[in-house]
Amino acid sequence: MNPAILIRQKWQRTSFGVAQWQALAKAILIPMVGLVLFLGVWHIGAKQVDTSLGQFPGPAEVHEQWSNLRSEHLSENDREAAFYQRQEDRNAKKLEKNPDAEVRWRDFNRRPTFFDQIITSLVTVMTGFLLATFIAIPLGICIGLSNTVYRALNPIIQIFKPVSPLAWLPLVTMVVSAVYVTDDPIVAKSFITSVVTVTLCCLWPTMINTAVGVASINQDLQNVSRVLRLGWFTHVKTIVLPSSIPMMFTGLRLSLGIAWMVLIAAEMLAQNPGLGKFVWDEFQNGSSNSLGRICVAVLMIGFIGFLLDRALLLIQSWVNWDKSAVVR
Amino acid sequence: MSKVHLELTQVGISFPTPKGSFCALKNVDLKIKEGEFVSLIGHSGCGKSTVLNIVAGLYQATTGGVVLNGREVNEPGPERAVVFQNHSLLPWLSAYQNVELAVKRVFGRQKSRAEMRDWIEHNLELVQMSHAMHKKPDEISGGMKQRVGIARALAMEPQVLLMDEPFGALDALTRAHLQDSLMEIQADLGNTVIMITHDVDEAVLLSDRIVMMTNGPEATIGEILDIDLERPRDRLALADNASYNHYRSSVLRFLYEKQKKVEPLAARREKSEKAKTSKHNAA
Repeated sequence: MNPAILIRQKWQRTSFGVAQWQALAKAILIPMVGLVLFLGVWHIGAKQVDTSLGQFPGPAEVHEQWSNLRSEHLSENDREAAFYQRQEDRNAKKLEKNPDAEVRWRDFNRRPTFFDQIITSLVTVMTGFLLATFIAIPLGICIGLSNTVYRALNPIIQIFKPVSPLAWLPLVTMVVSAVYVTDDPIVAKSFITSVVTVTLCCLWPTMINTAVGVASINQDLQNVSRVLRLGWFTHVKTIVLPSSIPMMFTGLRLSLGIAWMVLIAAEMLAQNPGLGKFVWDEFQNGSSNSLGRICVAVLMIGFIGFLLDRALLLIQSWVNWDKSAVVR
Repeated sequence: MSKVHLELTQVGISFPTPKGSFCALKNVDLKIKEGEFVSLIGHSGCGKSTVLNIVAGLYQATTGGVVLNGREVNEPGPERAVVFQNHSLLPWLSAYQNVELAVKRVFGRQKSRAEMRDWIEHNLELVQMSHAMHKKPDEISGGMKQRVGIARALAMEPQVLLMDEPFGALDALTRAHLQDSLMEIQADLGNTVIMITHDVDEAVLLSDRIVMMTNGPEATIGEILDIDLERPRDRLALADNASYNHYRSSVLRFLYEKQKKVEPLAARREKSEKAKTSKHNAA
């Protein structure tokens, strides 16, 4: 169970006896001990590893780099604000002298910071994931409802499911370059490439789990639907969707996890903007700080992945009809 | 209450199995009049549910067929509403919404919104569920769920009401209560009902006729017993009624003498002894 809920439940009782202390220990102390042990092992282990870029960073160095990355982000924000301020002042002066003067507004050429890259990665992963969801859920429902469709699509699914994003990437890049040709692109080509790669890789778990969920609907409920002669659409809406929601979300969570992993790899390989590119750039940069900054990125990638999963769980408990169901 | 309403003619069904086809039912002939309450009784596995599912249209008979009001039954439909053994309410809809789903499907074109609402509430009232009609199935007891299931079936205004052991999963008190409700409703609305049951008392109390089925495979109708007891029937008064007890014992006799499912222990022992000695002799 969620530790926060556990603690709240315990606090609601008036007395704080041995049992409550035990619960507190279980919920907080033991995970803390685990964390401290991990940091200790990391700290000691890091000292033993000497790389060509200097000693492997321990927790302290990584924390230092985290502060650096934050201050870099803030100073870039300041630089941007200052640029626009200067531009505004300049143009205002110009207009003061001559109201008909032609003023030019330029965009600030921002150097993407660590946090900008996080936002880029999040936007890309969400786009790819949503696209995959819109394809996978309807297809999954069709596969689950019809044995014929299942037989037709199953070999294709089984063959494409294990394909690594790295194998897709060259193909996707070439196809996107060939197909997406405009003079005035709304989004960058690299963005489309990343999105399509993510979509191709994270379609499958949602599709398969939805299909299994749909195929295993209670026979009695199906009989109710048959006796009522519900139309296809009503049948799907009132019976199929609600009963397959738990399986569907299991698939969605797997998909989102895969999407996030795939995205980092794709960005790294294709030099698309995002966290993956950040890691690769730091690696190529090869300064004594690089490893520490990569460690920050690694922890951030893990943490964001965790948050994405939690967010999906939250949506599940909100969408699911069975509010008493324990989601984990 | 005179003309033939529902007719089963030479109904039989076989299921394909890896060992060849398995004949579950054979030559079931039954004519049911409008407004009649018919119970199907028999040992478990004798094909009672199969008969009901064929009438419902959920199964297709291999031989013979079912005719309702002059039309052959080929598929399920709301004019043959089913009350399922385990209620089969949609767990994500409230009691009201469960009935609404059926009402919208059957009367969606004929009734206005307000009329439909009245009709749904009327049917829930009929089964005494008005107080909990906005609760989800998880929040109400087994007996209440079954009431909602009955309300859902009644709300379709079916020509035949098919009940598959509707009270089988309930405790004795709740069951008695629901049986009384069902008798009242049936007296009011005059539905034609086919009910499957394991319970001899239930069958005698509720039915106009009891159809007793032989054991499978190739199960068929063994005997049909007319229950000529005046309605309304009162379970307490009937307990001492001679003809009630006579009906009861004739059903029991059919089930436990003529269609014995389990051999008495002594007989079984004797058989195995014999088998042993014959083995010895062979050796």
